[in-house]
Amino acid sequence: MRSSPPATRASLPVRLATGAVLLFLHLPMLVIALFAFTTDDTLFRFPPPGLTTQWFDIAWQRPDVRDALSLSLRVATLTTAVALVLGTMAATAVHRSRFFGRETVSFLVILPIALPGIITGIALRSAISLLGIPLSLWTIVIGHATFCVVVVYNNVLARLRRSSPSLIEASMDLGASSFETFRYIVLPTIATALLAGGMLAFALSFDEIIVTTFTAGQQETLPIWVFNQLTKPRQRPVTNIVALFVIVVTFIPILLAHRLTADRPEGGRTL
Amino acid sequence: MTVSIPAVRFDRVSRHFGDVRAVNDVTLDILDGEFFTLLGPSGSGKTTCLRLVAGFDHPTAGRIELHGVDVSSLPPYERDVNTVFQDYALFPHMTVAQNVAYGLMIKKVPPREREARVAEMLGMVQLAGLGRRRPAQLSGGQRQRVALARALVNRPRVLLLDEPLGALDLKLRQQMQLELKAIQQQVGITFVYVTHDQDEALTMSDRLGVFNSGRLEQVGSPAEVYEHPATDFVAGFVGVSNLVSGEAAQTVTGSPQTFTIRPEKILIRDPGAAVSNGMCAADGRIRDVVYLGAHTRYRVELAAGGELTVIQQNVETSSLDVQAARGRPVRLVWHRAHNRPVVMRR
Amino acid sequence: MAPLTRRVSTYLYRRPRLALGLLLAPPLLWLGVVYLGSLLSLLVQSFFSLDGFTGQVIRRFTLATYRDLLTRANMDIVLRTAGMAASVTVAAAAAAFPLAFYMARYASPQRKALLYLAVLLPLWSSYLVRVYSWKLILAKEGILNWTVTLLRLEGVLNGLLALPGIGGPSLSVSLLGMFIVYLYVWLPYMILPIEAALERVPQSLIEASSDLGARPRETFRRVILPLALPGVVAGSIFTFSLTLGDFIVPYALGNSAYFIGQAVLAHQGTAGNIPLAAAFTVVPTVIMAVYLTAAKRAGAFDAL
Repeated sequence: MRSSPPATRASLPVRLATGAVLLFLHLPMLVIALFAFTTDDTLFRFPPPGLTTQWFDIAWQRPDVRDALSLSLRVATLTTAVALVLGTMAATAVHRSRFFGRETVSFLVILPIALPGIITGIALRSAISLLGIPLSLWTIVIGHATFCVVVVYNNVLARLRRSSPSLIEASMDLGASSFETFRYIVLPTIATALLAGGMLAFALSFDEIIVTTFTAGQQETLPIWVFNQLTKPRQRPVTNIVALFVIVVTFIPILLAHRLTADRPEGGRTL
Repeated sequence: MTVSIPAVRFDRVSRHFGDVRAVNDVTLDILDGEFFTLLGPSGSGKTTCLRLVAGFDHPTAGRIELHGVDVSSLPPYERDVNTVFQDYALFPHMTVAQNVAYGLMIKKVPPREREARVAEMLGMVQLAGLGRRRPAQLSGGQRQRVALARALVNRPRVLLLDEPLGALDLKLRQQMQLELKAIQQQVGITFVYVTHDQDEALTMSDRLGVFNSGRLEQVGSPAEVYEHPATDFVAGFVGVSNLVSGEAAQTVTGSPQTFTIRPEKILIRDPGAAVSNGMCAADGRIRDVVYLGAHTRYRVELAAGGELTVIQQNVETSSLDVQAARGRPVRLVWHRAHNRPVVMRR
Repeated sequence: MAPLTRRVSTYLYRRPRLALGLLLAPPLLWLGVVYLGSLLSLLVQSFFSLDGFTGQVIRRFTLATYRDLLTRANMDIVLRTAGMAASVTVAAAAAAFPLAFYMARYASPQRKALLYLAVLLPLWSSYLVRVYSWKLILAKEGILNWTVTLLRLEGVLNGLLALPGIGGPSLSVSLLGMFIVYLYVWLPYMILPIEAALERVPQSLIEASSDLGARPRETFRRVILPLALPGVVAGSIFTFSLTLGDFIVPYALGNSAYFIGQAVLAHQGTAGNIPLAAAFTVVPTVIMAVYLTAAKRAGAFDAL
């Protein structure tokens, strides 16, 4: 249903509005980058009184920043591992067999990410309190893994659907058991999907704030650290640097994952 | 008398998908070392039978035996059988050599022996030196040979081929048919071949089985099946079906029994020509003429009802003569002995 | 591989249902137990209540918590949040339309791909950081004020800030500021579905309309706009639901006037009043359920 682009040009108001919106969307990021270099300690004066790179070193030295970074990395790594395993298992099961409730699985997998974060967050919090479980690294990971499964699931399932079923039959015909077939044939086939899904899961987890607020208790992941800094006018540029860092660390995996799946019809527009 | 164990035995095998009987009570012995073809139209059950032998599917009823052993519940990787797939199923992330070596790798054949056998097999299918290429870089014909090599290198006792030549153009297909046959005779193992192309089946097979809607209608050598079709379906599927029944049959043979006569056995004569002993005749008018280069196909409408297809070699006639024949009244004569009574299954 | 894996493989091969079950069990158990279980516990907790004295949750069925919810103060919170969600949705639809229109109807394939990237880029950046960036921009000494002073529009700005309800001491602590930030973060969610819906309008319809005598403005109003509506509704699902549940923006840029998200966070925090927090969460859930059903009827899901 794609109509070919007409030769006419858009009217001036449309073009102006388009440009304005694009500017609106991207300017704020540049502002953060700028204010990582200001000499101002507590204010966001524009234009900045001076520029300096001192804050980078200071940020790196701060123990609370490093602790938060370490926690975020650990959580993201564990979450990615869990999501990869569960997502692949679910995708393989759904792809291989027709069973009762097949569509329900897809629905169930997508639900955690489709519902607003606050619902997931408070739901987990209420379950934690009902069961009397102490808040820890694992409560954070469990929360994250629950909505990260879907990105791995979608990617792997899409890749499986594009592969030829006779490859698996050929492998078994040549003497390979199910496990050997998985190792030599299926795994290489879904490798890019696993990579893309894994990177997306990592980024989602690293960046997550809403659900984490409910499942972290006193612990600080990097986003929680930034959140707590929002109302503290101390060493503001450090916050900016951390913010910049978070952008970069989450942006790059998503971009790479997009590249990996972009020339496929269904890959580009996933989360 | 020595009775050798058949390479493949179907013992009252059925495969149901709900109400649909893809394979319906098939009993068949495929002998060791023969080139056996399963022939039939799409959906006739021939591919399902092949998959049952390979192990990708399991019979709803009956047993499958390989060299006397019941394999009905064995997974594909436990059967001494290899398959050449219709879409070749080459592993895209492996080179040609790795593809061919796959089965050997799984069986833990030492690397040096593996390399040697792969090289030997690539040579046999005339792909020597292409080991480093990827399947995506090969032509259709080349991929087909890789699939064959990949299967044969494991020295299976039975090789299954699922319409392997379907995607190739005519010339290549005919060339491959001869090559496959030569390879089979050279290697000496049993080939079970599936096709819907009756020419292919007649060219390559030692024996063939004709399938129709899940049933096996006839088994025999190409000559047997062609000359003595058991049912009207076989008569129509293998060769052109010239069915003569009812009143027309009465006129020709003196009995209303339906029979079939092969088109190349019929001679075209002028009306009123003499009919010698042992021959029978039917009068009619040429309705349609198709010039096919080496021979011509005529459709003759019989005076007694029905029509017959006649094929004649263009020994002396040219295309111009042939076109002029349309509408001509003729008398068709042929040897009585070539009439084959058929059982009407439909 | 050892023969053991082979034997397991053959064992499972003969029992496809068992194999399926083994494959499906861990993910389903996780999602079923962890996620659905949590949702269930949330619902259950909303029917419990908090003992004012001990600060413990009394695990007995009661509607007291819901009654608590219906007090004037709490209802104010709900209405305030819903109002913000509605206004942000309308503004986002209006702002998104020109860009979506340009992308769908005027952009060449390369430019369109670039524009897609440009719209997706902010989505890929951290949500929290994007909100934070506006604290910089809206600060009293920040870039926006500097621009306003440059353009000598201080009067307009102060006038806006003086408005009761939406104004505040500065843009960075006001409902007006929150509105701007919400618009910024949710805009891509509105642009993409509208673009998708507009793309589906076949060129032949436009041509037929002008062929039948309609001028461009009329064609837009009568042909394009109605067909783009499902996209708008689809986008509105995002903007509405995301605003209803959010607490980050109110926390960063709000004042003492609470939003639903803040209420939930506050109640479950030190107060430990999870039942009330749960009851609060039920509100946006119900609102969205109703909205989604209505949207589905309007055909919004075809545009996604």
